[in-house]
Amino acid sequence: MSVLKIKEISKIFAGPVRAVDNFSLDVADGELVCLLGPSGSGKSTLLRMVGGFETPTSGVMTIDGEDITHVPPEKRPTGMVFQSHALWTHMNVFKNLAFGLKLRKVAPDEIKRRVDGVLDLVGLNGYGTRHVAQLSGGQQQRVALARSLVLEPKILLLDEPFASLDQHLRERLREEVRDIQQRLKITTLFVTHGQDEALSMADRIVVMRDGKTEQIDRPDIVYREPQTPFVAGFIGTMNLIEGTVSNGIFSKAGYSTPLPVSDGPAILAVRPEALDLSVVTENSQGKVHRVTDYGSHGLVDLELLDSTRIKAMVSHPDLFRAGQGVTLAPRAIAAYRGNAVIHRA
Amino acid sequence: MNTLVHRRADWTGIIMAVVLTLVIVLPLIVVGTWAFANVWRYPSVIPQEFGLRFWYQTLARADVWTSIGTSLTLSLTVTALSAAICLPAAYAFARMEFPGRNILFFSFLAGHAFPKFGLLVAIAGIFLQLNLIGTFWGVVLIQLVGTLLFMIWIPVAAFQSVDRRMEEAARDVGAGPFRVFWSITLPQAGPTIAAAVLLSFVGTFYETEGAWLIGAPQVRTLPVLMISFINNQPVIQYGAVLSVLLWVPSFIALMFARRVVNSGSFARGFGG
Ligand SMILES: Nc1ncnc2c1ncn2[C@@H]1O[C@H](COP(=O)(O)OP(=O)(O)OP(=O)(O)O)[C@@H](O)[C@H]1O
Ligand SMILES: [Mg+2]
Repeated sequence: MSVLKIKEISKIFAGPVRAVDNFSLDVADGELVCLLGPSGSGKSTLLRMVGGFETPTSGVMTIDGEDITHVPPEKRPTGMVFQSHALWTHMNVFKNLAFGLKLRKVAPDEIKRRVDGVLDLVGLNGYGTRHVAQLSGGQQQRVALARSLVLEPKILLLDEPFASLDQHLRERLREEVRDIQQRLKITTLFVTHGQDEALSMADRIVVMRDGKTEQIDRPDIVYREPQTPFVAGFIGTMNLIEGTVSNGIFSKAGYSTPLPVSDGPAILAVRPEALDLSVVTENSQGKVHRVTDYGSHGLVDLELLDSTRIKAMVSHPDLFRAGQGVTLAPRAIAAYRGNAVIHRA
Repeated sequence: MNTLVHRRADWTGIIMAVVLTLVIVLPLIVVGTWAFANVWRYPSVIPQEFGLRFWYQTLARADVWTSIGTSLTLSLTVTALSAAICLPAAYAFARMEFPGRNILFFSFLAGHAFPKFGLLVAIAGIFLQLNLIGTFWGVVLIQLVGTLLFMIWIPVAAFQSVDRRMEEAARDVGAGPFRVFWSITLPQAGPTIAAAVLLSFVGTFYETEGAWLIGAPQVRTLPVLMISFINNQPVIQYGAVLSVLLWVPSFIALMFARRVVNSGSFARGFGG
C-alpha cells in the first residue's frame, strides 16, 4: 500500500545542467511506471533523487504522504537495483542478502527464512553459499533484485537493470521481474531507454526529454496517440514528414493528402504499418528504394521526390521492387504543429 | 640462425641473473654467514668455525632486548596511529570535495620531495623547544611523518577504485555512512590497504635517521643500536647478528606482499 508522489522536482548540476526540470509524477499503489527517454534525458538523476542519492535543487517527494525529500537513503523505504548489479564482491550471496536484515537486527533464523524465501522467488534456490563472481550476469542481476526485495521496500527502483545482458536473457528477466512485481504488488519505478522494455512491462510510461515530461500515459496510448512529434518519433517506428498545409491540403514534394487544419507548417506522422502502397507507372508520389523481407512481413524503404525517406510495412514484399513508382495511402495519420497535436484520424 | 638468437637471449638472461645475484643476494649471504661464524679470518673463503657464539653474546645483552622491545612498540604505535589518522584522511581525499583538497594532498606528499635530513634537523630544533627530544613520543611523531606518503597515497588510490555503486547499495539497504565505510569500502580496499599498513610498519621498523636524531641516546631502536655496534665494536659479528634479526620483519612482509600481489588487488590499489 504505497504511493509515491513527486512534485515539481528539479535538479541543477554545476555547469549549469538542468538534468531534471520541474518534474511531477504520481505513482499509484502497486503500479509499475517506466521512465523512458534518450540518453541524458535525466532518468537516472530522477530515480537517484527518489532513492536519496542526489538532493533535489527544488521540489518535494512523498511516500504515503510522508515527506522524504531530505531523508538520507538509509532511512528511506526505497530499494534500488543498479545497472551494474553493485553486489558486494567480498561477501557471498547469502551475506549480500542478509546484510540489510542484520542492520535491522532481525533474528538469525528469521534472516535465514527470509533470505531462502527471496532466493526462491528469484529462482536461485540453494545459491546462498556462492560467491558473486561465480554467478552469471543474469544470476547476479537476480541477486541484486533479491537484495532489494528481501527488505520489502515500499518503492522499488530499477535503473536499467538489464542493460548489460544479452537480448534473450533481457526478455526473460523482464517477464520475471514483471511477474514478481505483480505478485508482490510493489510500487515500482523503472528506468530504461529501451522502448520494448517500457511497452511490455509498464502500467504507465513517462517519456522524458531534457529533464521534462513529454507524455505520461498507458503504453498502448503512448504508442497510438503520441502527444508530441518527439514521442511519435521515439516510440516505435514513425514516419515524420515535415510539410505545409494550404487550403486543407498537406503537401510535401509531390505528395499531398487532405488535412483539415488551418494553413501553415505541419508535421505528418504515419506508422509504417498504417501506410498502404500501390505500384503505379505514372504520377508516382515516391520511388521504392529497398525491399526487406522479414518472413512474416516486409518493409519497403521509399523516397519521396525530394528524397525524404519513408518506411512502409507490407504483407507481400514480393510485389515490390527497387526503382518502382508508388502512391501512398495512409490509413491513420496524426499531424503536429510545433509540439501540439492538431489533427488525428 | 634461430637457435643462435635464442642462445644469445639466454645468455643475456644468465648475465642478468648473475649480476642480480651478486648485487642483492651476495651481501645477504656474506652478512648471514658472518652472523653464524665463530671464527672467520683472512684469507679463508669460508669461516674457520661456525657456531652461535655471537648469537648467545648478542642476545645476552640487555640493551639488545630493550631495543627490540622499543622497536616493536614504536613500529606498532606509529603504524596504528598512522592508520587511525591517514585512513579516514585518505577516504576524505578519495571521496569528498572540500576547499584546499589538492593543496592539502600535495602537502602530505611534499615532505618526501625534499632532502629528508634537512627537514629532520629543522623538526629536531622544534622538538628541542617542546622537550620532545629523547622521548618515545618524540620518535613516534617524527616517524609518523615518514609513514604519511604510503598511508595516504596508496589508500587514496585503493578507495578511489572501490565502486561507488556498492557503497550506495549499502546505504540503500540501511547502512549509515560509517557502517558503509566499515563493512563495504574498507574490505573492498582491504588487501591494498594491508599492503600499505605493512609497508609503513616495516618502514618504521627500519627507520634510523629520525629515530637517531630525536631518540638517541635515551630511546634506541634496533637499527640505531646496530649502527652504534658497528661504529663502536671492531667485532663484525655483533652487527651481522642484529642485521639478521632485522630481516625477520622483511621476510614476513615479503610473504604477505606475495599473497597480495598474487591476488591482483595490489595493482588495483594503484588504480589499475
Ligand atoms: N553528477 C553529475 N554532475 C554533473 N552532471 C550530471 C551528473 N549526473 C548527471 N549529470 C547530467 O545530467 C543529465 C542527465 O543525466 P542522467 O544520467 O540522469 O541521464 P539518463 O537519462 O539516465 O541517461 P542514460 O540513458 O544515458 O543513462 C546529463 O546531461 C548528465 O550529463
Ligand atoms: Mg541513466
